[in-house]
Amino acid sequence: MSATVETRDTVEALSVEKYKYGFTTEIAMEEFPKGLNEEIVRLISAKKGEPDWLLAWRLKAFALWQKLEEPHWARVEHPPIAYDELYYYAAPAAPAPKSLEEVDPALLNMYEKLGIPLNERAALAGVAVDAVFDSVSVATTFRETLAKSGVIFCPISEAVREHPELVRKYLGSVVPYGDNYFAALNSAVFSDGSFVYIPKGVRCPMELSTYFRINARNTGQFERTLIIAEEGASVSYLEGCTAPMRDENQLHAAVVELVAMDDAKIKYSTVQNWYPGDAQGKGGIYNFVTKRGACRGKNSKISWTQVETGSAITWKYPSCILQGDGSVGEFYSVAMTHNHQQADTGTKMIHIGKNTTSTIISKGISAGHSNNTYRGLVKIMPNASGARNYTQCDSLLIGDQCGAHTVPYIESRNASAKVEHEATTSKIAEDQLFYCRSRGLSEEDAVGLIVNGFCKDVLKELPMEFAVEAQKLLAVSLEGSVG
Amino acid sequence: MLEIKNLSARIGDKEILRGVNLIVPDGEIHAIMGPNGAGKSTLSYVLSGREGYEVTGGEAIYNGQDILALTPEARAAAGMFLAFQYPVELPGVGNANFLRTALNAVRRARGEAELDAVAFLKLARAALKNLSMQDDMLKRNVNVGFSGGEKKRNEVLQMALLRPGLAILDETDSGLDIDALKIVAEGVNALRSPVFSALVITHYQRLLDYIVPDRVHVLAAGKIVRSGGPELALELEARGYAGLEVA
Ligand SMILES: Nc1ncnc2c1ncn2[C@@H]1O[C@H](COP(=O)(O)OP(=O)(O)O)[C@@H](O)[C@H]1O
Ligand SMILES: [Mg+2]
Repeated sequence: MSATVETRDTVEALSVEKYKYGFTTEIAMEEFPKGLNEEIVRLISAKKGEPDWLLAWRLKAFALWQKLEEPHWARVEHPPIAYDELYYYAAPAAPAPKSLEEVDPALLNMYEKLGIPLNERAALAGVAVDAVFDSVSVATTFRETLAKSGVIFCPISEAVREHPELVRKYLGSVVPYGDNYFAALNSAVFSDGSFVYIPKGVRCPMELSTYFRINARNTGQFERTLIIAEEGASVSYLEGCTAPMRDENQLHAAVVELVAMDDAKIKYSTVQNWYPGDAQGKGGIYNFVTKRGACRGKNSKISWTQVETGSAITWKYPSCILQGDGSVGEFYSVAMTHNHQQADTGTKMIHIGKNTTSTIISKGISAGHSNNTYRGLVKIMPNASGARNYTQCDSLLIGDQCGAHTVPYIESRNASAKVEHEATTSKIAEDQLFYCRSRGLSEEDAVGLIVNGFCKDVLKELPMEFAVEAQKLLAVSLEGSVG
Repeated sequence: MLEIKNLSARIGDKEILRGVNLIVPDGEIHAIMGPNGAGKSTLSYVLSGREGYEVTGGEAIYNGQDILALTPEARAAAGMFLAFQYPVELPGVGNANFLRTALNAVRRARGEAELDAVAFLKLARAALKNLSMQDDMLKRNVNVGFSGGEKKRNEVLQMALLRPGLAILDETDSGLDIDALKIVAEGVNALRSPVFSALVITHYQRLLDYIVPDRVHVLAAGKIVRSGGPELALELEARGYAGLEVA
């Protein structure tokens, strides 16, 4: 047996239980009856004390969803999802905490264990956190600090009550409820998520972040995030996600909407580490997410950065609608799949305004028996003169049982537009591994180093505090992949 | 001490090493010369554990340990170092990060404390200074966009930091101008000690003006065909390898 095979086997044996966020938290929960019908939609809305217009919107979405079919154009496979077997609402039974002091210690402990201390003194300096547990937000830190500069950062359910005019104006304005199957589902049953509003001219004084945790069994998580940056405002927002290890698949169907007005900047980063399932492909999260940003104002900018290492299946295309003249869209992505994971991810850049520019840097890493697809659309509308896009898609294969696919669509309806696309597929070269190992690095560390190097152009876009975390995550997620 | 006994190896079906015998005592530097295709690089790879090189006979013992049974990283931990004839590029991997990761891996294996970024940088800057190299070497990606000479000097930098007990330098002098050659030689000479030994593979006698070897061996067609003192290198320089292959 070669040294490589031996290392692989040993590591595989050790790494079965490598997902360190896989624990469950015991806490008294309130759950609505399982299954989905109009009654459940009404219950969720009533639970949140929502105004009539929102209930009506949910019901329209639900009625439409019932007529829609699950999309099957992505390169992913899964058995039919039993929507009637899912729970659509699960929340800690205790009354909603009014302040951090009232949050259940079991929850605080859990977030502590995940490395997200919610206690403001222990928190990461300069990062405000909204913690979403199953269907509800359980805590939002640094709200007062933020309020001083006029920034609103709160659970979206609260925003519906406290800032109804803003929510009503923007909710569904970027991702309409009928946009796609999962967006319709989310619009009908979304239970919580984060709301961010940055007033005119304000540069948000802290990083904002939401930490999503699925805990309850058989429960879908349907969060909804809405971020609005008024003229000249800027914000950097980060989301992280984990879930316990469970044998059954769980559905996560989120919607994220971003709105940037004139000269506004929104940087949205994701480190997605939902439970990916075990080495045989059992369990794991179905991550079916619609994320879209509208650059409504001139010279506005929306930048998506994602590091996707978790989930059994990932289906997401964070996109930019470049409406304002001179607006800028960016998409930086690392998608890593291992074992039996499947990822079909990419972006859409829709150039509407003049002199709009977009950049797409996608790094796909496939190992084990996984499948990893980049799917992207660059669309230049007739009025988008001077539009530019640069796309670079690189795939790295580890082993010979996995697949990497690149599906770029380009539609240009303006002759002055310039669209560039580069793509590469490579394997980790034997000489690179040997070079590292001859310097004393273990094979796993060598692969981690080379993969991190491969992803560098994307990782450097992450806020500093999270770049280090993401690097470690990439290395850990690859354990047992070499061969 | 390195003891190579009757070592044979092949790549695929091709027999490359055909019974190499060589002893390098601690504290000594030995040169290996020989025509192109003789198997010099193959010997260095077999000693460092590269995959694809199948040992078909013989043994290699370093400090009493059968190294052929070890992984490449375990050989590094045991104190061996190979300066590559063709150093490998690692896109996106910063040189400082690479060097520190390597150094800490080796330190860990030797039971020494790992170095934090600050302590490492201090050490690395000092090593760079000794080798008359620019600090920006640390910021660049490993060997990416390096000139031939920079790549070779980067190998010597790694050697200086890892402080091996046994260094194998595979044509580290090839393609270097005389100043770079002197830097490489200084790098090796600085490591000279009673517990350091080196195998210096070279085509040219001129390197041996700066690294004076204790012994010179000629490898031809997979075997050591002649051994002698430093004067052998001069003789080879004058007369070439003609006639040696058949010995
Ligand atoms: N990967 C390989 N596959 C097949 N033959 C090889 C390979 N590498 C080297 N060889 C052959 O092995 C012989 C020795 O090569 P090498 O060790 O590189 O010689 P040297 O370093 O002395 O010039 C040469 O005939 C060369 O063609
Ligand atoms: Mg050679």
